[in-house]
Amino acid sequence: MQDTPDIADRHDAVCVIGAGASGLATIKSLREQGFSVDCYERETSVGGAWNWRHDRSPVYSTAHLVSSRPLTEFPDFPMPDDWPDYPHHSQLLGYLERYSEHFGLRDDIWFGTEVVSVTPAGDGRWDVTTRSVGGGAERVQRYAAVIAANGHNWAPKPFTVDTSEFRGRVMHASAYKDPAQLRGRKVLVIGGGNTGCDIAVEAAQQAEKVWHSTRRGYWFAPKYLFGRPADQMLPPRLPLRFRQKLYRWMVRLTAGDLTRYGLPAPDHRPYESHPVVNSQLAYYLGHGRITAVGDVASMEGSTVELSDGKRIEPDLVITATGYLPRFEFLAPELLDVDEDGRPDLHLHAFARRHPTLAVIGLLQPDAGLLPLAHWQSVAVARWLRLRIDDPAKAAAVQQKESVRPVRSWSRLRVVPSSRHWFEVGHTDYLRAVEDLLKHMEPAS
Amino acid sequence: MSSQLLRFEDWTAPVPAVRREVLSALPHPDEKNPPLLFVPGLGHGAWAFREHWLGHAASRGFSAYALSPRAAGSLRAYVHDVVQVAAGLPRQTVLIGHGVGALVVSHALARYPAKAAVLAAPVLDGWPALGAALRTNPFGTLPAFFGGGLGLSRKQLYSPGCTYERKLTREPTAVYRSVLTASRPAAPVGSPPMLVVGSPDDKIVTRKALDRTAARFGGAPLLFPGMGHDLMLDTDWQEPIDAVIDWLEKELLA
Ligand SMILES: Cc1cc2nc3c(=O)[nH]c(=O)nc-3n(C[C@H](O)[C@H](O)[C@H](O)COP(=O)(O)OP(=O)(O)OC[C@H]3O[C@@H](n4cnc5c(N)ncnc54)[C@H](O)[C@@H]3O)c2cc1C
Ligand SMILES: NC(=O)c1ccc[n+]([C@@H]2O[C@H](COP(=O)([O-])OP(=O)(O)OC[C@H]3O[C@@H](n4cnc5c(N)ncnc54)[C@H](OP(=O)(O)O)[C@@H]3O)[C@@H](O)[C@H]2O)c1
Repeated sequence: MQDTPDIADRHDAVCVIGAGASGLATIKSLREQGFSVDCYERETSVGGAWNWRHDRSPVYSTAHLVSSRPLTEFPDFPMPDDWPDYPHHSQLLGYLERYSEHFGLRDDIWFGTEVVSVTPAGDGRWDVTTRSVGGGAERVQRYAAVIAANGHNWAPKPFTVDTSEFRGRVMHASAYKDPAQLRGRKVLVIGGGNTGCDIAVEAAQQAEKVWHSTRRGYWFAPKYLFGRPADQMLPPRLPLRFRQKLYRWMVRLTAGDLTRYGLPAPDHRPYESHPVVNSQLAYYLGHGRITAVGDVASMEGSTVELSDGKRIEPDLVITATGYLPRFEFLAPELLDVDEDGRPDLHLHAFARRHPTLAVIGLLQPDAGLLPLAHWQSVAVARWLRLRIDDPAKAAAVQQKESVRPVRSWSRLRVVPSSRHWFEVGHTDYLRAVEDLLKHMEPAS
Repeated sequence: MSSQLLRFEDWTAPVPAVRREVLSALPHPDEKNPPLLFVPGLGHGAWAFREHWLGHAASRGFSAYALSPRAAGSLRAYVHDVVQVAAGLPRQTVLIGHGVGALVVSHALARYPAKAAVLAAPVLDGWPALGAALRTNPFGTLPAFFGGGLGLSRKQLYSPGCTYERKLTREPTAVYRSVLTASRPAAPVGSPPMLVVGSPDDKIVTRKALDRTAARFGGAPLLFPGMGHDLMLDTDWQEPIDAVIDWLEKELLA
C-alpha cells in the first residue's frame, strides 16, 4: 500500500492551474481581491500556447494574431500602440512575459509542476495533488478554491479516417512548427479553421503541390478592409443580424465567391462557426497554388481518396482538426460534463454546483481571448471575495446565477460540430459578465 | 458612465500612436521600488518635473519619469498616453498627476491598476477651477471662451519670488473643452492607495475643491500652506515631494 502523503493546508489561498494568458490574469485578479495564490505551471515559463518553443505549443513559427491588437490586449495593460495591427506570436509571448514581470506574478507561480488531480475535500475546499514534471513525489495541498486556466488547445482532435495503411507522413498541425517542413513536399492540409488555412497558405509558398480539404464552406474574413483591420470595421454595437449582413457584404467585397475554386458554399451564417481570418487563402486559390478538395474518404498506400471519388497522392498530410478541451485532473461530474465531453458551466466559467471551482479561458470568441479571460477572472475573484465578505448576498447571487442556461445570455446559433459549443460573441459575453459584476456590487 | 467592459470606441477607433516625450531620472543602484510617473497639467510639459522632482525622487531611490502631453490632444488621448507609458515601465507604476494632469490620472486609474496614485493640486472638476481662474486672471482666461486658448499667469501658478511663466504653453480651446466636459471617471481598478496634496493658497484649486477631491478618494488632503499651484516649481518644492515619497514608503510596507 502507498503512503497517503500529508496534506498541507493552505487555508484561504486559491490554486490556479496554468500560467498562460488566462492563468496570469487570474493570479492578478485574485491578488487584487486580497487572496494568496499558488499557481502551478507544468512548463518552465509563462505564456502557455504562445510559448512556441515548448514542444507541446500549438503555435507555429510564422503565426500572427487573427484578432487585431485593440481587440486582443488585456483591458488594463495595453500592448504598445506602435506595434503592428496583427502582432507576431513572439510579440504576444513577450507581452505576456512583461505582464507577469510588471505585476510581479512570477512570485506566485510554481514552474515545472503539474496538477494531477483536484478532489473536493468538503466544505467547498479542494485537495490539489501536484507532481514535479522532472519526476519526484506527489504533493497534496488543500485550497479554499481552484481555478483551472489550463487552456483548450493542447489535445489534438483525432482525425477520423484510418491512416495506418497510408505510406506518406501524417501529422497533426500541433506538430507543425516551421515552413521548412513543407519545402518541396506534396502536401494535403485537412481542416478549414485558422490553423488549416494558415498552413495551406504557407504550403502554397513552400511546397511543390498543395491540396486543402474542408468538409464544409466557411466565411473567410479578410484581415483588412479599406486599409483598416477588418475586425475594427464591423461595428460591434450592432445587433447580430446586422453584423451578419455586414459580414456577408465584407466577404463578398474581398474573398468573393469561392465556389468557383471548388470550395463548398457556407452551410451556415457568419458567426455561426468560429471566424476564419485569412486574406491569402483566396489569393493562392486564384493563383492555382492551392487546390480545394472535399472531405477525405480513405487513405491507403500512396493514395488519398476523396469523398467525390477523386484520388490524390500527397506525401505529407497535415491534419488541422483542432483541439479538444481536457480536464484530466478533475472528475467529469464536478464540471457537469455531458456524454459528449462538454462541461456545462455558468458563463462557461463557474461550476454550477461547486461555488469554489471555476474555469478561465474556455471560450472561442469572435475577437481576442485575453479581454474576455481578464473579465472572467475579475468576476471569479470578486465572487470568491463576496462569499467571504457577504455570504448572504453571495448565496442569493448564486441561487439566481447558477441555474442560468447559456441560452439566457447568448443568442448565437452555431454549427453543430464538436468545436462550437463554447463559441461566444464577445459583446454578448461581456454584457453577461458585466451583468454578473453588477449583481455582486456591494450595496452603497 | 460608459461600460468598462464594452469599449466600442477603443475597438473601432483606437487612439492614434504618437512619439511621446518622456523625461526620466533613475536611481543608482536600482532599488526595485515602483517607478513614479509624473503627469503634468495643461500648459506644462515634462520639463516642469525635471526642474526638481525627478532628480529628487531618484535620489530617494525611485525611478522617476515625466510625460509631456501630446500636441493637439484630448482627455482621451492623454489618458491613453499615460496608460501606454505606465504599462511600458518594468514594474507596476505609481501615477502622480498635477493640476489637470490629476484629472488625466484619475481617468487613467480606471484603465490601469496603478501601484498607488497621487493627485497634486488636482483640477478634477474644470468649472470651479475656471471660476477661480477668471477671478485671478480674467484677461488670460476669457479668450479661452472664444477659441483663443487659455493663458495662465504668474500670479495664478506661483508663490511670490518664483516664476516659470515663460515656459508655459497655450493649449487650443478644444483641449480645454474636452477636459471641462469630461464625465466622471470610473472607479480605479485594483484599488490603489491614493493621496491628495495641495496648498490652501492655490489660486486655481480652492481649498474646498481639495477637500472634496480628497473625500472622494477617502481621506484628507495633505496641505502645504504658502505654496502656489505649481507645487513642483515653487521655491519650497522639496517639502511636498518628500511628503509624497514618505507616504509612499509607508504604503509600500503595508
Ligand atoms: C495557432 C494559434 C493562434 C491563436 N491566435 C489567437 C489570436 O489571434 N487571438 C487570440 O485572442 N487568441 C488566439 N489563440 C488562442 C490562444 O489559445 C489564446 O490567445 C491564449 O493563449 C489562451 O490562453 P490560456 O491561458 O487560456 O491557455 P494556454 O495558453 O493554453 O495556457 C494554459 C497553460 O496551462 C498549463 N497547464 C495545462 N494543464 C496543466 C496542468 N495539469 N498542470 C499545470 N499546468 C498546466 C499549460 O502548460 C499552459 O501553460 C490562438 C491559438 C493558437 C493555437
Ligand atoms: N493565426 C491565428 O491567430 C490562429 C491560427 C490558428 C489557430 N488559431 C486559433 O486556435 C484555435 C484552434 O484553431 P484550429 O484551426 O486549430 O482548429 P478549429 O478551429 O477547431 O478548426 C478545425 C477544422 O478542422 C475540421 N475538422 C475537425 N475534425 C475533422 C475531421 N475529423 N475530418 C475533417 N475535418 C475536420 C473542422 O471542421 P468543422 O467546421 O466541420 O468543425 C475545422 O474546419 C481557434 O481558436 C483558432 O482561432 C488562431
